[in-house]
Amino acid sequence: MYIDFSAFINVKKVKIMRTLFKIVIPIVAIAIIAGSVLAYQYFQTPQQAITINGAGATFPFPLMDKWAAEYHKIKPNIQINYQSIGSGGGIRQYTVKTVDFGATDAPLTEQQFANATNTLHIPETIGGVVPTYNLPGTSSGLKFSGEVLANIFLGKITKWNDTQLQALNPNANLPSHDILVVHRSDGSGTTYVWTNYLSDVSSQWRTTVGKSTSVNWPTGIGGKGNEGVAGIVSQNPHSIGYVEFIYAKNNNLPWGFVQNAAGQFVEPSLETFTAASSAAAVTLPKGDQSWSTVSIVDSLVNNTQATGAYPITSFTYLLAYKELNVVPNMNQDKAKALVQFLWWAIHDGQSYSADLAYVPLPQQVVVNDEATIRMITFNGQQLYTG
Amino acid sequence: MKNFRKPAFFSNFKSKIIRNFRKPSTGDDAFKLLTAGFASSIFILLGLMVYELVRGSELSIQRFGIGFLTGTKWDPAISQVFGVLPLILGTLVTSAIALLIGVPISLGIGLALSEYAPRRFGFVISFLVELLAAIPSVIYGLWGIFTLIPFLRNGVYPGLHTALGFVPLFSGPIYGGGVLTGGIILAIMIIPTVSAISRDVFSAVPNAQREAAISLGATKWETAKTVVSYARAGVISAVILGLGRAIGETMAVTMVIGNKFQVLPASLFDGWYTMAAIIANEFTEATYDLYVNALVEVGLVLFFIALIINVLARLIVWRSLRLVRGIAKE
Repeated sequence: MYIDFSAFINVKKVKIMRTLFKIVIPIVAIAIIAGSVLAYQYFQTPQQAITINGAGATFPFPLMDKWAAEYHKIKPNIQINYQSIGSGGGIRQYTVKTVDFGATDAPLTEQQFANATNTLHIPETIGGVVPTYNLPGTSSGLKFSGEVLANIFLGKITKWNDTQLQALNPNANLPSHDILVVHRSDGSGTTYVWTNYLSDVSSQWRTTVGKSTSVNWPTGIGGKGNEGVAGIVSQNPHSIGYVEFIYAKNNNLPWGFVQNAAGQFVEPSLETFTAASSAAAVTLPKGDQSWSTVSIVDSLVNNTQATGAYPITSFTYLLAYKELNVVPNMNQDKAKALVQFLWWAIHDGQSYSADLAYVPLPQQVVVNDEATIRMITFNGQQLYTG
Repeated sequence: MKNFRKPAFFSNFKSKIIRNFRKPSTGDDAFKLLTAGFASSIFILLGLMVYELVRGSELSIQRFGIGFLTGTKWDPAISQVFGVLPLILGTLVTSAIALLIGVPISLGIGLALSEYAPRRFGFVISFLVELLAAIPSVIYGLWGIFTLIPFLRNGVYPGLHTALGFVPLFSGPIYGGGVLTGGIILAIMIIPTVSAISRDVFSAVPNAQREAAISLGATKWETAKTVVSYARAGVISAVILGLGRAIGETMAVTMVIGNKFQVLPASLFDGWYTMAAIIANEFTEATYDLYVNALVEVGLVLFFIALIINVLARLIVWRSLRLVRGIAKE
């Protein structure tokens, strides 16, 4: 069907409209462009905006996100842009210098450290990994030793009423039921810390499975992310898995107590993580040395003096180059801004940790970090002079 | 018609009229070049992809050679040995389960829409099915974890277990997640693709076919069978597109399949692993070069498996088309 609209249109009006459009549209366009240029200049003039890019571990992301927002309030011209792409990706981007700083849950290996010369390790916060389980009739507080955890994850302890578990938990009601082991399927710092611990406490684990962000699991099924593991555990009675402390706390998952070298069964909490990292901080290397062997887990495994320390605790690190002029697009102002942000993060930034269930750095670690940040230079000139 | 000026590839694009009244037309030529450029960019794209995948997996190809395909161990921590046989099997089997469940449902939807449903009702169904295709796969995954798995675990699998437990496939412990759950999620995800295409190919079947069947006294059901058999080639294409989606699907599968690296699962309730899933899971935290290379090589293998399946499907389609034409000639 065809309708002739011309009857409704006033020809004169159309002509006027056309000329109007010919004039009005260019004027509006010019005004918009000019306006935005002016506005851009106006907002730019007071202080040069600086964007600092970082990439790496997902574990510290909520804290990093908070830091970026809070720091932006203090220094409105500085934008911290952190992409939580995983430690592996973060280390790669940091090594090829497409980001200004990196973040990783595990320290750089000797090889990685050699590839990224003059890297500084700056512990930024502390986390813990906790065993979580679904045992009908039992809430938090089941006791585990390292050996028992290793044997469960090796598939050597297959029933909940195994004598080793009963010996640790004489009062618990342990059923004669198969244990379903649940682990992370995605590569993660959480798995690294967990397998690091199991390697330390079990020679069989060390020689057959090892420690890594992903391993060849002897038994069990894998869930993606903390939420995947927690999902499988909560839906399957008689299962056991491991998750980040923060995730377990925020989701009220039951967790186990783990025996430390001093023989205590320790509940995971901010206090016991602090105790663990304080005990480990005594022997930290200098910021520009290799940190490949640094591990709170390793340092605690034979430390019978570390009372109240939860044994599956770990640092997570920021990575920065000692001489920042190696990073493309770096300049004096940006380098200075980065160093000031790092300084702020290990001091004032730590006050945001507890609310997000991260562990504030103990004083010894902060002192170590301060010395590290003072090493950072741009074109040979020291940047932090506080 | 004789055609001595142009290669056959391009001659089809122009009508006879233009060729007979050949006028110099730069616009036409420019447009022809432009489209030819776009068409050939696909070769460049594919070539670059293969080149990058091969280059990115150099270390692992050198180290493991063909053993990568037959290897059954994935150990990034101690021995640093990588083999993908379990992943290949896992991918193919979950996709096959998806087809087994998804294709009959999709063909049913397609037939209902083209042969039976009143137009308005059909419109609503089409709309809803296409909506399924628009849901991001991570949402399917989350829905799988929090809704489908508890439902299957408590409502369906125990029944299957008691009824069919004597078959090894349906024995063993039930976790909720696993091979069958992965297949079911995939089946739901391929339904939009397969049903939409099969609806279109069924609608494209000439009415003469239906009329002929009815005039011979065929029932509605028999007519529908004629339609399906006439549209065979299109149906195969639809299934292949669905299979392509199932093989490459990553997030939803990895969230429900249990991610257990083993050559063969103990049962359909046990966990398994797929190629796409292991790449998604481990790439970001792969910490050394050989490991990254091995993951890229998984991508390369996945690429070639998809290629082989598509070529096979194309061959089947051609064969059945020739069959149809052959019948027509007779």
